[in-house]
Amino acid sequence: MTEVRDTARDPQPFGEELTIFERSRPGRRAGTLPDDDVPAPPVAELLPERFRRSEAPRLPEVSEPELVRHFVGLSRRNFHLDRGFYPLGSCTMKYNPKLHERLAALPGFARLHPLAPDELAQGALELMWRLERALAEIAGLPHVTLHPGAGSQGELCGLLVTRAYHEERGEERTKVLIPDTAHGTNPATVTMAGYEPVAVGTAADGGVDVDDLRAKVDERTACLMLTNPNTLGLFDRNIAEIARIVRGVGATLYYDGANLNAVMGLSRPGDMGFDIVHFNLHKTFTQPHGGGGPGAGPVAVAEHLEPFLPVPVVVRERRGDRFFYRLDHDRPRSIGRLRGFQGNFSTFVRAYAYIRALGGEGLREVSETAVLNANYLRARLAEGRAGRYLEPAFDRTCMHEFVLSARRARDELGVRALDIAKRLLDWDVHPPTVYFPLLVDEALMIEPTETEPVERLDHFAEAIEAILEEAERNPEIARNAPYDTPVRRLDEAAAARRPVVRLDLDSVASVG
Amino acid sequence: MLARLGVSSIEELVAGEIPEGVRLRRPLDIAPGLSEQEVYDELRCLAERNGDADTWTVFAGAGMYDHYVPAVVDEIVRRSEFLTPYTPYQPEVSQGTLQAMFEFQTAICELTGLEVANAAVYDGASAVAAAAYLAKLDNRRSRVVVSRGVHPHARAALATHAHGFRMTVEEVPLAADGTTDRAALAAAVHDDTACVVVQQPNFLGSVEDLAALAEPGRERKAAIVCVADPLTLGVLEAPGRLGADICVGEGQALGNHLQFGGPSFGFFAARERYLRRMPGRIAGRTRDVEGRPGYVLTLQTREQHIRRERATHNICTAQQLNALAGLVYLSWLGRRGIVELGELLVRRTHYARERLGLEAINPGPVVREFAVRVPDLDGLFERALAERIIPGVRLGRFYPEYPDGLLVAITERRSRSDIERLAHIVAEVRELAPAAAPAREEAPA
Repeated sequence: MTEVRDTARDPQPFGEELTIFERSRPGRRAGTLPDDDVPAPPVAELLPERFRRSEAPRLPEVSEPELVRHFVGLSRRNFHLDRGFYPLGSCTMKYNPKLHERLAALPGFARLHPLAPDELAQGALELMWRLERALAEIAGLPHVTLHPGAGSQGELCGLLVTRAYHEERGEERTKVLIPDTAHGTNPATVTMAGYEPVAVGTAADGGVDVDDLRAKVDERTACLMLTNPNTLGLFDRNIAEIARIVRGVGATLYYDGANLNAVMGLSRPGDMGFDIVHFNLHKTFTQPHGGGGPGAGPVAVAEHLEPFLPVPVVVRERRGDRFFYRLDHDRPRSIGRLRGFQGNFSTFVRAYAYIRALGGEGLREVSETAVLNANYLRARLAEGRAGRYLEPAFDRTCMHEFVLSARRARDELGVRALDIAKRLLDWDVHPPTVYFPLLVDEALMIEPTETEPVERLDHFAEAIEAILEEAERNPEIARNAPYDTPVRRLDEAAAARRPVVRLDLDSVASVG
Repeated sequence: MLARLGVSSIEELVAGEIPEGVRLRRPLDIAPGLSEQEVYDELRCLAERNGDADTWTVFAGAGMYDHYVPAVVDEIVRRSEFLTPYTPYQPEVSQGTLQAMFEFQTAICELTGLEVANAAVYDGASAVAAAAYLAKLDNRRSRVVVSRGVHPHARAALATHAHGFRMTVEEVPLAADGTTDRAALAAAVHDDTACVVVQQPNFLGSVEDLAALAEPGRERKAAIVCVADPLTLGVLEAPGRLGADICVGEGQALGNHLQFGGPSFGFFAARERYLRRMPGRIAGRTRDVEGRPGYVLTLQTREQHIRRERATHNICTAQQLNALAGLVYLSWLGRRGIVELGELLVRRTHYARERLGLEAINPGPVVREFAVRVPDLDGLFERALAERIIPGVRLGRFYPEYPDGLLVAITERRSRSDIERLAHIVAEVRELAPAAAPAREEAPA
């Protein structure tokens, strides 16, 4: 076919790279407001001039259609879970049922004021109470607070509860033990809670090095924070022994719930010996991740730690022939608050709906399927070129995720984990987590989740095979990937060297 | 799939990994699963037992407000493309979220009059604790001076966090007019004060003299932290221009539904010199290999996943979608809208305070909320609730010194006739007090 296009000028989409501020034109607006209808004096008489804003904030001035087009345009530049496979290790990118969005938007939930009198919030409080009960059963611990706003806030809650518990007993404890495989939030939380983090090594089977733990634990130890299965996706077979050691010195044992998706209905942290568990509702219990939140980080605790939970807590009382639910703020031994109001309520709606839809059996099947999917993909990636260039960090059955090392791909082909990740973007697949955990060289951490069918897992394995085959012929292809994305590799070093973190509005004529 | 793994059941896989001693050998005690429509029906019934702000007239505020959320906000944040991605760790396929973060940061800087902002923290209360922590990381001092006009939840969150990161907190009382006691604040600030925290407008709704309150702290080189209501910043001067070094606050009023208290977002802005110690995610502008502009998460060496125990905060997943709602809302409102809405609130709030005819706890200038003394608070609640009105928030639960206090919030959704209805109920409750109540008027519709 003959090329008949006049290539003098490539087609240019309208304003693709403009910010909302650069779309602004004086006098345009989207929002409308009701009439200012009260017989009150003008604002100049009500607010002294020294308090009043001298120059209106230069917010964008755009019409509603242009506003919508701008954000729809931005949305097209995102990869997302509803589009394709997202095996981002440790993040549990499972499908989020659409029903949940409908439920969270019900006026009785979405439009309920947080300080509405308890008698006007009975449905909301009952939902919270029921969710607490279900989470307590899953954790195997009796008491739950829904208060923390995210996993990291849940961690801080757990350590401050630990601190309060030891302080009440007159014990001064200064350090918190953390395996070297832990998520970064663990040591960061330890610092914020005023403790010193001490790293515990990893044994040859990928679990906690029990000898190293014994050597480091003492009566100054406040807590051991553990993820089980850990960030390598491996269940720690010595967990009962670890719990004995930690409890032996009076420290608490903290369960980072990031990987709870592997064990629901199969094994309970409370039964393993943990005293404190945080849940990531945005991982295990299907909150959409929203590009980085919102989530929630409820915390379950053993009986002896209950008095220290943050305020408020939901209380159920019998009133005549019915139950009445109320928020109890009067808890003198509580650590207090970590945030405002009573938590990220709409995430509770979604989590509760998820638990109701699945039931106890369904939750166990979730974990079983997550384990099956991960092991299937692990087996697929032990074949062919993947098997040759990507070695398992620890060669044993995994739980819900597994870690491969691209060390050989780097040494023999000259392509790093990062290059493989970037080339996967051209396959319209989200890459795994890379370079974590830190103790694995060139780590690729893969968590398929239970909501992926086998065809998606096979496609991923085929993509990896093709990328490695391509790299054998020409490693430059992966090194320069991606190609078919809205932008290509970005200069992150320059961004950090000379940070530009806002638009200079003085330079945008149309907002001036 | 099992055949490929050489096992006959999933149980076989699991049994080899989880020791028998910690296996759960019974079903979870959680009711059997339901179909989608059954789940919907059950939760709809729970939702209907709540007094929502569509069917109730809500004068309750105290940090979260019944503002109108425009349709465009809900439509945009519900799109799969924004709703379902993870944190933008792969910038090539996350430009939508990253650019929105950058635009959000720009809008927050512009509102607060400060140079840098992050892409949001959990909420307003925890943002205050994060601000104190930033001050400590920056100036290595460990005392916080906080006005009693700061939201009680924020003061509580500050106290809880401060116990962890080893800071002490001293509270400055309110003066008789409900604003921060300036002399007491000046006396509380010393050379070891890490930061001074004040709120604008304060919890009672009063406009604080920010410039004056900042002075003692500035003299002692403490960081000035202003907790601001972003929706009032169309009419109130930007905190950054009145001496604030750090400005944080609750973002719910910007396009986020009440949701019984969350999720919403906290915003966090500061002077440039704090940038490398700020908490949370920050989007930065850069270019790709072909020279096209693009955005990345930047200065990640502050963050927990890189810096671990030396991170400037432990925050990871935060409130990206809520911040996006905030950005869409601010773009919807626009430059004129935020001023007009602010003016509407100021006028209606002053009008409502006068119409209620009760003794004001904070008689000075207010923006969107005010506190009054109600002789028969229980009677007022009873009568108002009977008419599907939540008349406000009882102040006594937060401030025992105002046992008869009522905090009343006004939004653009509280029309003049709503205000008249509340005024009518107030008048009725007062007149009912001893004997011979006059004939009742019909409440306006």
